[in-house]
Amino acid sequence: MKPGGAISIWFFIGISLLVNGLLIFGAGIYELFHPPLVPVVLFHLHASVWWGGILALLGAGYCYYFAPGKGRV
Amino acid sequence: MTAAFAFLDAHRLVHLSTVDLVIIVFYFVLVLAIGFYLKGRANTGEDFFMAGREMTAWVAGLAFLSANLGSLELMGWAGNAYKYGILAAHWYWIGAIPAMLLLALVMMPFYHICKTHSVPGYLKLRFGESSRTLASVSFAFMTVLMSGINMYAMAVVMRVVLGWDIHVSIWISSVTVAIYVALGGLRSAIFNEVLQFVLIWAGALLIPILGLVEAGGWSGLKARILQNLTEQHVANPAAYTHLWSTLGDFSKNPMGINWIGIVFGLGVFISMGYWTTDFLVVQRVLAAKDLRSAKLAPIIGAAFKMMVPFIVILPGLLGLALLRDPHTGSLLRLVPGDLAWSEAGRAQGLHGFDEVLPLMLARYCGPGLLGLGITALIAGFMSGMAGNVSAFATVWTYDIYGALINKQASDGLKVKMGRWCTLLGVAISIGTAYLVMQSQSIMDYVQALFSFFIAPLFATVLLGMLWKRATPAGGFWGLLAGTGSSVGMWAWVKVNPDVVKYLALSPHAQEQAQNMFRALWCGLICAGVTVMVSLVTKPKPDAELTGLVYGLTAIPHEEHVSIFHRPVFWAVVVGVVFVALNIIFW
Repeated sequence: MKPGGAISIWFFIGISLLVNGLLIFGAGIYELFHPPLVPVVLFHLHASVWWGGILALLGAGYCYYFAPGKGRV
Repeated sequence: MTAAFAFLDAHRLVHLSTVDLVIIVFYFVLVLAIGFYLKGRANTGEDFFMAGREMTAWVAGLAFLSANLGSLELMGWAGNAYKYGILAAHWYWIGAIPAMLLLALVMMPFYHICKTHSVPGYLKLRFGESSRTLASVSFAFMTVLMSGINMYAMAVVMRVVLGWDIHVSIWISSVTVAIYVALGGLRSAIFNEVLQFVLIWAGALLIPILGLVEAGGWSGLKARILQNLTEQHVANPAAYTHLWSTLGDFSKNPMGINWIGIVFGLGVFISMGYWTTDFLVVQRVLAAKDLRSAKLAPIIGAAFKMMVPFIVILPGLLGLALLRDPHTGSLLRLVPGDLAWSEAGRAQGLHGFDEVLPLMLARYCGPGLLGLGITALIAGFMSGMAGNVSAFATVWTYDIYGALINKQASDGLKVKMGRWCTLLGVAISIGTAYLVMQSQSIMDYVQALFSFFIAPLFATVLLGMLWKRATPAGGFWGLLAGTGSSVGMWAWVKVNPDVVKYLALSPHAQEQAQNMFRALWCGLICAGVTVMVSLVTKPKPDAELTGLVYGLTAIPHEEHVSIFHRPVFWAVVVGVVFVALNIIFW
């Protein structure tokens, strides 16, 4: 039996990572073209872009693998 | 400023953008959605209080760790790393890993086989009603205090970082926790704790990564700390980057402690007391679906616990190395919270130790990342509070209400009581948060509470599990003597600070060191009284101890599973890494 019912907890986590990752990635892309007046330290590394991308990819993977109906815990 | 935003304070560290606010709001929506989704699966006592005892090892293990990973843990220990240096990592390694492995391999079989609902419930089976009453009342008292402390810590960060009014932060977050725990019970708390665990890592992991890039790696970080502390004429600056080499003498390290206090006070009594008998964390493991999962869960928790210093201790050290006043360019020195958060302190722009993590967050994180980092702190707070509240509801319902007030309560009535207790626990916690605002140091206060109740409880439970001669009278009087002596020692030092040199073996002992030694002495007193009283009183017959005591309990063997599925194999792996980390940072 799944711990919780029809939807796995890992699916919820996938949703969270995907949405947050896309928002952060989008904000990072926006800053690439509109740099802030007072940038954060190490702004040139564009952490928002790659960290947001990593989170979104990870989240998409979790959403796919633990999608409801696939029977995975 | 409009009336609608009157709770905002002009003295804020960062300003959130729209995308940050969307991330924070999305988090609140998701945790509430999980609570409503799971509402239909919390109809019986087993469902509401024990999550149906069907959690996998991974879910139980991550919830086990997440319940401990409150905002207090994140900010308080980052602040302690700034204050005491890498010595603070002892609370994650020797102060956690051996205890978690002890829980997994030695104690979990007894908890699991006797099917208790709580740690006080085990005491009832092993020692009788009086021990259970003492443990459950003290636990209920401690857990709501802890919850209030967590709440206060979170609200302080919201005020410092975002300028949010402290009262608004307390009420919004605590009402959210109350809703999702009251709806879905322990299952909802556990699901959200796993989600919060992932968000904490996603939100906090960038700080040490970017910090090490800026500092020039670990060697660059050490060099900067040494240089900065030398410039400020701090005694023994090398002690801030070494775990053990300065613990031979009380006066050679910033904590004023020696290795005896760390190994026996922290590593044995406080750590083992917390990780093996504090029902807040043990409840998550009791929800595991079978014995193997119950044993694996603390080991999975231990593996991740060893990595937590990367997102907690390292940012504190990075603060020591990198933080500078943005106006003058000189080194920024953080100060005790009471000073920083006083009217005078705020007017001077001072920052408290516990602000180091938000300061580092603001240093590296732009729009989006900042929202995720703030979400991580809020998630930490909410997971800690949900843990406290769900444990409080269980102990109150089964060990106080069901045992002392209404022994005939039906299962349905207990579930109803559990939901009301969740709301009551939140209400008491809110009241506690307002009391805690008067405390000088958040973490020191919590450590004092731990040593009041946790260290003696560990001695009692361990003797109960491993020594069949321990009697009900021995268990009760040992627990009472241990708790009473701990409170007595604490009060003695408050009345006459000079006695620290006797209780903590050194006049240099700081607050944390005093707590370690108090835990050591009260644990030994508890064990000594338990043994002495047991030897002169009548033990329970063996038949009544089956399933509760070593030697009288049939523990299932695991020969039929491969070595990679055996808890003991992974416990050895975690143990080896633990030893290696201590040697590397010696």
